[in-house]
Parts: sequence; C-alpha cells; structure tokens
Amino acid sequence: MKGDINEQVLLKGLASNDSKAIEALYKDHFGMVQTYILQNNGSYDDARDIFQEAMIALYEKAQSDSFVLTCQIKTYVYSICRRLWLKRLQQMGRYTQPVENLEETVGVEEEIEEHEKRNAAFAIMDRAMSSLGEPCKSLLEGYYIQKKDMQQLAEMFGYTNSDNAKNQKYKCLMRLKKLFFSQYNIGE
Amino acid sequence: MDDILLQEAIERYLSHQMNEQERVYFEQMRNSTPEIDQMVVEHAMFQHEMDFYAQRRNIKSQLHDAHTKLLLHGDIQHGSEVSAGGKLIQIFHKYKRVTGIAAAVGGFIALVISGLVVYFSPVNQTQLVQLSKDIEVIKRNQQYQGSLLNEVKSKIPENARLVAGGTGFLLDNHGYLLTNAHVLKGSGVVVINSKGKEFNADILHIDNLRDLAVLKINDSEYNAPRALPYSIRKSTIDLGEEIFTLGYPRNDIVYGEGYLSSRTGFNSDSLTYQLQISANPGNSGGPVFDRSGEIVGVLSTRQAQAEGITFAVKSGYIYTMLADCKAAKLSGMEKIKPSQQSSIRGLERKDQIIRIENCVFFVKAYSK
Repeated sequence: MKGDINEQVLLKGLASNDSKAIEALYKDHFGMVQTYILQNNGSYDDARDIFQEAMIALYEKAQSDSFVLTCQIKTYVYSICRRLWLKRLQQMGRYTQPVENLEETVGVEEEIEEHEKRNAAFAIMDRAMSSLGEPCKSLLEGYYIQKKDMQQLAEMFGYTNSDNAKNQKYKCLMRLKKLFFSQYNIGE
Repeated sequence: MDDILLQEAIERYLSHQMNEQERVYFEQMRNSTPEIDQMVVEHAMFQHEMDFYAQRRNIKSQLHDAHTKLLLHGDIQHGSEVSAGGKLIQIFHKYKRVTGIAAAVGGFIALVISGLVVYFSPVNQTQLVQLSKDIEVIKRNQQYQGSLLNEVKSKIPENARLVAGGTGFLLDNHGYLLTNAHVLKGSGVVVINSKGKEFNADILHIDNLRDLAVLKINDSEYNAPRALPYSIRKSTIDLGEEIFTLGYPRNDIVYGEGYLSSRTGFNSDSLTYQLQISANPGNSGGPVFDRSGEIVGVLSTRQAQAEGITFAVKSGYIYTMLADCKAAKLSGMEKIKPSQQSSIRGLERKDQIIRIENCVFFVKAYSK
C-alpha cells in the first residue's frame, strides 16, 4: 500500500511521544470520529473523549515492538471509537439504532478488552495518587512521572538534603503502595 | 533507615542501575531472604503499573495539548460551531466521493442506454411516412380501376406502370394544380376528379426543397370552374385552430378533420405544421383548410410510430415557390394567380365540401 510507509512513520512517532506525529494523527482522524459521534447522539465533548481514548489505545499498542497494524490507521481508529461509543451509549441507556457510515471497520474486541483492563488499573493508580495528598502526590509525580532525581526534587520541595527527600519519598511510596495494592488486589 | 536503603536498592536493581558486583550481591540476598525477594516482586509489579500510569498521563496531556493547538489553528472544529448546516456539510464531504462515483456510474449507464436506443431505434427516415401511395397499393387499385373503367378507356398509356398516387387541388381557375413533389415519381401523370373522370395533366414544376409541385390539366374534356370557392392563406395559423382536409387514400374522396398541434413540423422543421389528423397514403398533396375554407397547408407526411401526427407544408410557401418560379422566368408559370377570395366562408361544413370537392383531384403518377 502507498500510505503504508507514511503510516508506519506516524505510528513510530506516536510511540515515542513525538508531538508532530500526534498532531498529524489528530488532525487526520478527529473530524471523522467527531462526525460519527455527533451523528449518533453524542456531544462534542464525547467526541473528544472517545477519540482521545482511541488514540491512547493506539499509542499503547504501538509501544510494543511486536505491534503490526494490519489495516489503515483510519480504519483502526474508527473501529475503536465506534465500539467504545456504542458501549458508552449502552451504559448510558441512550442506545439507539446507530447511524452506520460506509467506513470499513475491523474487529477490535480484544483491543477494547485490553484497553478496559488498562483503564481500570489507571483509575486505581489515579485514585491512590489523588488520595495521597500533598506533598506526597507532587513528590512521587516528580520522581516517577517527570523522572527527576532526588537532588532536583530536594531543591524543588526545599528539603535541606537529598537524604531527607529520600526519607519523605519512601514514606509516601509506602502509603501509595498500600493504597494501590488494596484496590489492585480487589481489582484482580 | 535500612528500609529506605533497601527500597532504593530494589529500585536501582529493577531499573538496572546496579553494577555487576552489587547486582550479584543483591541477588544472593534475594535468594537467601524470602522477604526481600517478595518485596522485589511486589515492587516490580508496582513499578510496572507506575510506568504505565506515567506513560498514560504523558500521552493524555500531549493529546490535550494537540487538541487545543489544532482547535486554535482551526484544523478541527468545535462541536458547538458544528450547526445543523455544518453537519450537512460534513455529511456532504463524507459522501462526496461516493456521490461522485454514483454520478459517474449513472452518467455512464445513461450514455450506454441512450447509445443503445439510438443504435436500435429505427433511423430518422422511417419515422416519417410520405403519404403518397405505394406501388403495391396502386397495383390493386389499378386492377379495380381496370374492371370498372373497361368501357371508358383509361388515359394512362397502355404499357405504362403506375408508381404513385396522391391528391392535388386547383390553384386557380385555369387548371393549375398543386400537389407534393414526392407524389410525382413517374414520368407522366393523370388526374381524376371526385366523380371519377380522368384528365391528362402536364408536370410544370417540381420543387423538391419544399416538397411542392405544379401540374397543369391539359385535356379538352376539362371544364375549368369560373372561380375557385377557396383562397390560399398567406399568413400562418394559430395553435389549436380547427382544420379539415380532403384527399384520396382510396379511389373515392375522403374527408378528415383535426386541429393544428404545433407551429413546426418534424424535428422543429419550420417548413411544416404539425397537425392532429388521421391521414393515410394517398392523402399526400391534399389541401388543408381552416374553418372558413382557406387553404393553410399541403398535407405531406406523417410520423410513423405515432397515430394521427401529420405534417403539412405551410401555405405561405406556395407563394414563395410561385415567386421563385416567376423570378426564374419558368414558362407557363407566370400566369398562375392563386385564388384570393374564399366564397365558402361561414357555410356549413357539408356545403363547403360540396363546393370544394370538384377542385380536389386524385393524382396518379405513372412511368412508361
């Protein structure tokens, strides 16, 4: 296929968080999803949420080295969005006969399942994080998300030395782990 | 403090930051102390979830940024701005290609079908039937004529063959007759009046362009009327005007009536009118009268596929033809003065016909 190489490049860019690739993908496919959602009882915000979820799913798939997209990105994104939106409509009890467009779709059941598992894990971590309270939350975010070292964090938060910061971080981490695993085990 | 160091060691071990010596030592410790091993496994799990959480947080914020940026640049539309019209336009854009393809396919099919129709439909010429009689018809008539006119000798030469028959009418009171050019297929012609009396006639002029022809009765037995009952109209007539005709689709004179259905003839031909009147082979050259008894046309053809659609040469062209003949100084033609006054205006139709029928002749063309 002609677009294959270009799409591979975009996917690699997406996997490595390249903002140009993300914008290109966003620009190419958002309109199609928006039209679909708006046609099917959805709002603009729904369109944004659903599309971004699909992009996340694509991103997480693209992370693995073994990932090969067997169809066009467009088809994949559309299929994911369609499944996600129909599911959401059902949950909201707003299910109506969907307006089907002539876009091709592919089976994405496995992806959706995987995506939902991930969503659950993410939600647990997110809840655990937000119930930590400051400064634990910011400290751990600084360490684990922004990947700052302890020296930087000590300066940022005003600890006199990195050992004190480490001490604080350790306590925070223990609390977070406790919170996380209490939920996570149930989730399993 | 030990716990903190241990935790740090686990993190360094899991993120492969330990050097070889440390790693070997730490692994020994893991082996010998189940608690530490358990902590490592647990933390590996947590670390994995944490990495995933971090990744997702990042991509989420990146997507959010991309959305804001594209919205700012107008590359994507905000929902509230997408009105009903916008939706329509979106739908239009969505189906533009499909519509295009459908239109192209439709156009192609239309072309193919019209091509087939043109290919298989009969060609133009057969759509028009000249109203002169064909040889076959004439042949039968000839036999009939032969038996009827045995005692009265036919004026058609013995060895001549009839080729066509039609109708003609008097142009003036000197025996000049008008008929269609396509009636005069042979070399000679005889005319027969409504009482069945034959007269010899000469072909004076044939105008193939207008499909008109002029004959002159050249027979001692012929008594010309003092004046013609009808006139020949110079102006055109109006749509819906009532018309009638007399002609010889058979050996006897036949009356027909109808109306003017179009100011132009077949394929918008401006030479002729379209009439709604039934006409048959033999009516060719017959006069078309309006209700006041003026000649408005000369019946010439009909449409083959449609019933009753007949075409007549406009009477104005009779004058044009005569003027052309005069200009060309054709001998014998300069004396023709078409009758200008109708004396049957306002009469009942049957009385009009009684007066007219003497002036309408059966024209038989023969070739030797």
